[in-house]
Amino acid sequence: MEKTKKGLRYGFGDKVFKIIAVGMAAFIILIMSGLLLELFEGSRLSLKKFGLSFLTSSEWNPVTENFGALSSIYGTLVSTIIAMLIAVPLSLLISLFLVELAPPFISKPAGAAIELLAAVPSIIYGMWGLFIFAPYMSDHVQPFLTEKFGFIPLFQGPPIGIGMLSAGIILALMILPFISSVMRDVFKMVPSVLKESAYGMGSTTWEVTRKVTIRYGIKGLIGACFLGLGRAIGETMAVTFVIGNKHSISISLFDPGNTIASTLANEFAEASEPLYISSLIHLGLVLFLMTLVVQVCAQLWLKNVQRKMGGGL
Amino acid sequence: MKLRDLIIGLALTGALIFNLPLSADDATINGAGATFPNPLYMKWSAQYYQLTGVKINYQSIGSGGGIAQIKAKTVSFGGTDEPLTAKEQDENGLVMFPMIMGGVVPVVNIEGIKAGQMRLDGQTLADIFLGKISKWDDPKIKALNPEIKLPNKPIAVVHRSDGSGTTWLYTNYLAKVSDEFSKKIGNGKSVAWPSGNFYGGKGNEGVSSYVMRLRWSIGYVEYAYALQNKLAYVQLKNKAGKFVKPGSESFQAASVGADWKNSKGFYVILTDQLGDESWPITGVTYILIHKNQPDAKVGAALLKYFEWCLNSGGKMAEELDYVPMPKAVTDLVMGALKDEVKSNGSPVLK
Repeated sequence: MEKTKKGLRYGFGDKVFKIIAVGMAAFIILIMSGLLLELFEGSRLSLKKFGLSFLTSSEWNPVTENFGALSSIYGTLVSTIIAMLIAVPLSLLISLFLVELAPPFISKPAGAAIELLAAVPSIIYGMWGLFIFAPYMSDHVQPFLTEKFGFIPLFQGPPIGIGMLSAGIILALMILPFISSVMRDVFKMVPSVLKESAYGMGSTTWEVTRKVTIRYGIKGLIGACFLGLGRAIGETMAVTFVIGNKHSISISLFDPGNTIASTLANEFAEASEPLYISSLIHLGLVLFLMTLVVQVCAQLWLKNVQRKMGGGL
Repeated sequence: MKLRDLIIGLALTGALIFNLPLSADDATINGAGATFPNPLYMKWSAQYYQLTGVKINYQSIGSGGGIAQIKAKTVSFGGTDEPLTAKEQDENGLVMFPMIMGGVVPVVNIEGIKAGQMRLDGQTLADIFLGKISKWDDPKIKALNPEIKLPNKPIAVVHRSDGSGTTWLYTNYLAKVSDEFSKKIGNGKSVAWPSGNFYGGKGNEGVSSYVMRLRWSIGYVEYAYALQNKLAYVQLKNKAGKFVKPGSESFQAASVGADWKNSKGFYVILTDQLGDESWPITGVTYILIHKNQPDAKVGAALLKYFEWCLNSGGKMAEELDYVPMPKAVTDLVMGALKDEVKSNGSPVLK
């Protein structure tokens, strides 16, 4: 290696590093394409037999070998939407509180606790949901909702504690620590000189928060939401325990349903007929494509936001 | 700099040394399959290890998984609740034999009703699981239970969400006793349950916990799970027209009528058997091994283990609420194993 100041910039180490880095990036793309190809290969039987009707039929009959993904897709979307509706506002508030308002003796341990929650394995959430949360839902929350909001078809049906709403809430609890900790990091990165200038001009805390902090970090915040969304869409074990595993679509949130991930977790091990297995792989392909679409939308939205709001992150 | 390198070097070397495969008896025989006998197989293999030092490792991944893995030769033996026909056995070069019996029992969660109190028959059960009977105080259920005050509550039906031999056995019985069930739903490891108040739990454990918590629910689990979770099982009317409770006597009564000797490949389905004491949803869990064992020593160890399970494992099985095969059948099985399991042409067990 050349030892001169100028020489080090064009050293051998740099070239090697570049090759390895580019190689690893290419490797990732290779793996993703390989995965996509395998999914297509595996679902060929199902694509041939069902084609596009797979996406519009909600029948799932392993005996007559008639499969349709609609109930799973619906369940995935609904449980994810419920989770996001609950988790995103809460995460925003939690991270704002921890960064802007809380004194260090609260924010440090609370921050650590949130990181810990994010690391709890999802099956623990599932078991907690089944044994502790579901009875609580059926004894207290669901009767309350039926009483106050029973006229809305969303809240009708027997209050058994397991179903779409419970699954959505458990998912929210799972992605909340994750989104909070990313948002916290985003807010910490807002340069204090920016905030201090705003304070110096007489802005209130809320004005600074809304017009400076959030605006500055909006890209990071949206990114955090999409990370949480990605996790919620594919979440398997926590959902399987509390969603009731039923292949049907129902308006009521109290009714059981199923998601793509929970169907795969339940049925893949025992599926022995080729068409059955192929349909399950087809479900996996649908989930893969859904996640891809979500990612693309995220990127487009972020670009749009960058244009509109500026922002440094 | 130098000291740090030295420490790193030592740590890596140490990790390498301590992870090298250490010597001797790595004699682990692997099997996989049905979840139903899993508690028993674990107890047996632990006891066998104490006695002989041979490790038997069983992974409960489900009957379908067991069949798939033994066909793929990734395990030495597979466990399944759903029997393979003699033709399927021959096609894949497998030998199948019965290991232990058990039964599937319907369990209910109704306030005030204790285990063995409620009575149902096949037709009514099928109608409940078809969704045709949707309330507990339906006249058909009332007719079978005149002394019980049944509530006017909707029935919450719990089934398996995952494919399973338990479902296979249960739907086999319902399809036998109800034409409508056979046509609409059919017999399978995983079936399309009707819409309505139907919930799917994962595994016997999932169904048990749903039934325990959902009031006015009915589900079906293996007998051992019903006992261990103290669920209220029901009495069923068997083919002979008598109401029986589940248990070792009624399971063994069901197996008495079966013609083991003349059933090729030990393919016997024990649901809906004749006999006053027979439990209508009795089942057998089977073991699958390859006819041609590539390694004679492993084959011999495998057969010796099974011989021990069949002949000496009965008491442990009963402690865990399983029902051992009668001696006549175990003798037949050992005879078949000695005849048919070979390695390079010569029998593995003499």
